[in-house]
Amino acid sequence: MSDYQYDNRTVNGFIVSSIFWGVVGILIGLWISVQMWAPSWNIAPFFTFGRLRVVHTNGLAFGLGVGAIFGISYYIVMRLTRRPLLYPKLARFHLYLFNAAIALAAVSLFAGMNQSLEYAELEWPLDIGVVILWVIFAVNIFGTIIKRKEEQMYVSLWYIIATVIAVAVLYIVNNLAVPAGLFKSYSVFAGVNSANVQWWYGHNAVGFVFTTPILAMFYYFLPKSTGLPIFSHRLSIVAFWSLVFAYLWTGAHHLVYTPLPDWIQTLGIVFTIFLIAPSWGSVVNGFYTVAPDWSKMRTNYLTKFFIFGITFYGLQTVQGPTQGLRVVSQLIHYTDWVPGHVHMGTMGWVTMTVAASIYYIVPKIYNTEIYSVKVANTHFYLVLVGQLIFSVTMWITGIQQGALWKAVNPDGTLKYTFMEGLAKNYPFWQMRTAAGVIFTIGMLFFIYNIFMTSRKGNALVSKGVR
Amino acid sequence: MAGEIYKKPIMFAIVSAVVILVGTAVTMFIPMMTAQMHPKLEDLKPYTAIQLAGRDIYQREGCNNCHTQTVRPLKTEVMRYGEYSKAGEFAYDYPFLWGSKRTGPDLARIGRKYPDQWHYRHFEDPQSFFAKSNMPSYGWLKDNLLDPIDIKRHMDALGFPYTDEDISLLNGKNELDALVAYMQIIGASVGRKGAVRSKVQLDAHEMENPLAGDPAAIEAGKGIYEENCAVCHGGNGGGDIGPSLVDNVFLYQEGDLEDEDYFEMIYNGTEEGNVEAGRTMKGGMPDFGEDLSKDEIWSVIAFIRSLQNK
Ligand code: HEC
Ligand code: HEC
Ligand code: HEM
Ligand SMILES: [Fe+2]
Repeated sequence: MSDYQYDNRTVNGFIVSSIFWGVVGILIGLWISVQMWAPSWNIAPFFTFGRLRVVHTNGLAFGLGVGAIFGISYYIVMRLTRRPLLYPKLARFHLYLFNAAIALAAVSLFAGMNQSLEYAELEWPLDIGVVILWVIFAVNIFGTIIKRKEEQMYVSLWYIIATVIAVAVLYIVNNLAVPAGLFKSYSVFAGVNSANVQWWYGHNAVGFVFTTPILAMFYYFLPKSTGLPIFSHRLSIVAFWSLVFAYLWTGAHHLVYTPLPDWIQTLGIVFTIFLIAPSWGSVVNGFYTVAPDWSKMRTNYLTKFFIFGITFYGLQTVQGPTQGLRVVSQLIHYTDWVPGHVHMGTMGWVTMTVAASIYYIVPKIYNTEIYSVKVANTHFYLVLVGQLIFSVTMWITGIQQGALWKAVNPDGTLKYTFMEGLAKNYPFWQMRTAAGVIFTIGMLFFIYNIFMTSRKGNALVSKGVR
Repeated sequence: MAGEIYKKPIMFAIVSAVVILVGTAVTMFIPMMTAQMHPKLEDLKPYTAIQLAGRDIYQREGCNNCHTQTVRPLKTEVMRYGEYSKAGEFAYDYPFLWGSKRTGPDLARIGRKYPDQWHYRHFEDPQSFFAKSNMPSYGWLKDNLLDPIDIKRHMDALGFPYTDEDISLLNGKNELDALVAYMQIIGASVGRKGAVRSKVQLDAHEMENPLAGDPAAIEAGKGIYEENCAVCHGGNGGGDIGPSLVDNVFLYQEGDLEDEDYFEMIYNGTEEGNVEAGRTMKGGMPDFGEDLSKDEIWSVIAFIRSLQNK
């Protein structure tokens, strides 16, 4: 059984699953975006904003994000170790368990079982499920790497190894809780301390779910699809170690001006500023990789996904450190600016890179060509435009909100009540829904393209395509 | 050879783990072992059974996706919400509920800002209070009775003290009751208004309403009244959640109050036990000093006087 064909089918299963959960997450995203300006779209008890928002974030982070990470990491690891997975049956079981867990997760969140920790909302029984999923993943990844046929480990493997280790530590620590029944638990951490643990987790969930595994894809598929080697190996090394070192210090930038001890905030902010360097290490590496032949942006349809993706990552990692500064944080913290920042990363960097990786993989495992480059290009421009409108409108709203909250009259009274400020957000929130619709249509083109490609493709190929 | 590490996966994994754990230890694990991460205000009490039940509902409904619970030490923020948050306020919050997005206002100082009745009505239909509010309605919570056994289990899990009576009192109470009880305790250990907030005490020469009887001021006062006061005092001052402004009972005693007493109550809000003109307050009237200018307050008083035909 231990062959590429069986494993490719597992990879494909993860890809299809992640797309499925992605659609669910995106549709709920559209729904909550409407609820923001039309509260009559709340349907109690299961579909009110407070519950749905969590289904949206978890559906996309765990369903789309982690599902794609599982599948694509398996694919990359097999290619870079030049062997099939060590435990193919276990990987298949992993796929089934993953889907069962995400389905239960969605149901439990609709039902309001919620630990109230951002990106760690799932209640304790599901946490145990997530840990099991992660252990299975770790066993297969490490096992396959240890038994590899290629001595040197390529950059992508470093990022995958770091992801496996970091997420395990983060997830377990932040979810430690005392159960009070099957569907309810209380965190073992309280107050200021729980805030510190949560944002150590929250920031690094971004780091080790939305950054390192995506960089693993970037470093593997960019050279693969362009045929150009990564610009600098040394830069890869420096960027990798400084990134995995610095990320863990910076969670406190989510807690600026809160009662968290000042020294932790300041230390967090210092490392936050430093984070520009390792992040841009990869950005520069990506740009210079394509620099010898920029015509690839036109001639190879995948190149632009990767280059725009890494560009948004670059913008994100300049914006992020800026947001950490006290003077900026006091204006934009708690406002719609933050969703603007988030979605440049998730819609721009993560989804583009994942989609391009899938475009690369699916024709390979079906031993065919992509169904339509034209459809892929349409997909590209739609998600690009959708994401840009989304981010820009939210940045404007955020700055406006922050400014209105701070405005005072000459006589020293507050210039705007909270409601006067809120009313001004409505046109922007409506524009965001429009942006989301454009993005969603783009994703439908993507799904159609992948579907048609797999229909076109014959049986899974048995040879390991490198 | 440093390059060797890229050929030794186990070694590589160990080194990565160490590199990852340095920042984790310095910013998270080590502080956790020290007292600075576990402060507690003297007045802070564990949640009672009904308050905890309310907090559970707050978590279940994901209110923290729209509401924060921490006031930053910034001037306008303290003006808007009240005293900034103290580290010691949250010792019984498993976990913290500070939130990260203010689609709705901060709730760190919501406790005792409004009477219970205000909350019941607001949860029932937020848009009837603020047409542009995007808060979902939560009136349906009153159809769900609390489950005392479940809540007892929750209290046990946290080790919070309670008596059998506390638990039996939950019988017949519904989820909305619990949520309101939780609202009213948030921030109670600090008090809604802190030192930073200046309470107004009028000087002798300011005690008269400079706008008394001015038709333009009365007209302006009407608008201000409808926007800020009518939800509690009724459309024509007849009273509702708050007392009537047109009868002859003020702060629960016969006899009117002076303009300056009105002014101070509107500017400062009211708190249980405070005394104005020798009369004791029950609390529940929010303060308007940071939202309304002095002229606006005098205008609304002129309008109230016109309702009273004075
Ligand atoms: C979609 C976002 C949203 C959700 C979810 C939400 N709220 Fe609100 N909330 C608001 C907005 C906006 C306001 C301001 C307008 C108003 O009072 O209706 C508000 C106001 C309030 C106020 C009055 C605050 C004040 O100082 O006047 C309270 C109390 C409150 N919400 C409690 C809750 C609770 C408890 C929940 C969960 C059961 C909740 N909210 C869920 C948006 C939300
Ligand atoms: C959230 C509800 C609420 C709002 C809004 C509100 N009040 Fe009040 N008001 C009260 C309550 C409750 C009392 C009784 C205060 C106490 O016992 O401490 C009160 C008392 C008063 C009194 C004394 C009346 C009496 O009979 O005791 C006046 C005058 C008054 N309010 C004026 C205003 C004005 C003017 C506004 C608008 C700018 C306003 N209130 C807004 C709840 C409210
Ligand atoms: C150098 C890299 C980055 C830094 C320093 C950084 C910094 C920050 C800061 C300071 C905030 C908090 C803003 C606030 O609440 O005031 C934030 C929020 C956020 N960022 Fe970034 N960012 C970086 C990159 C990324 C990337 C690549 C993503 C990927 C999608 C991302 C996703 C998020 C998310 C999801 C939040 C919202 C957290 C919440 O729920 O409040 N960030 N970031
Ligand atoms: Fe962060």
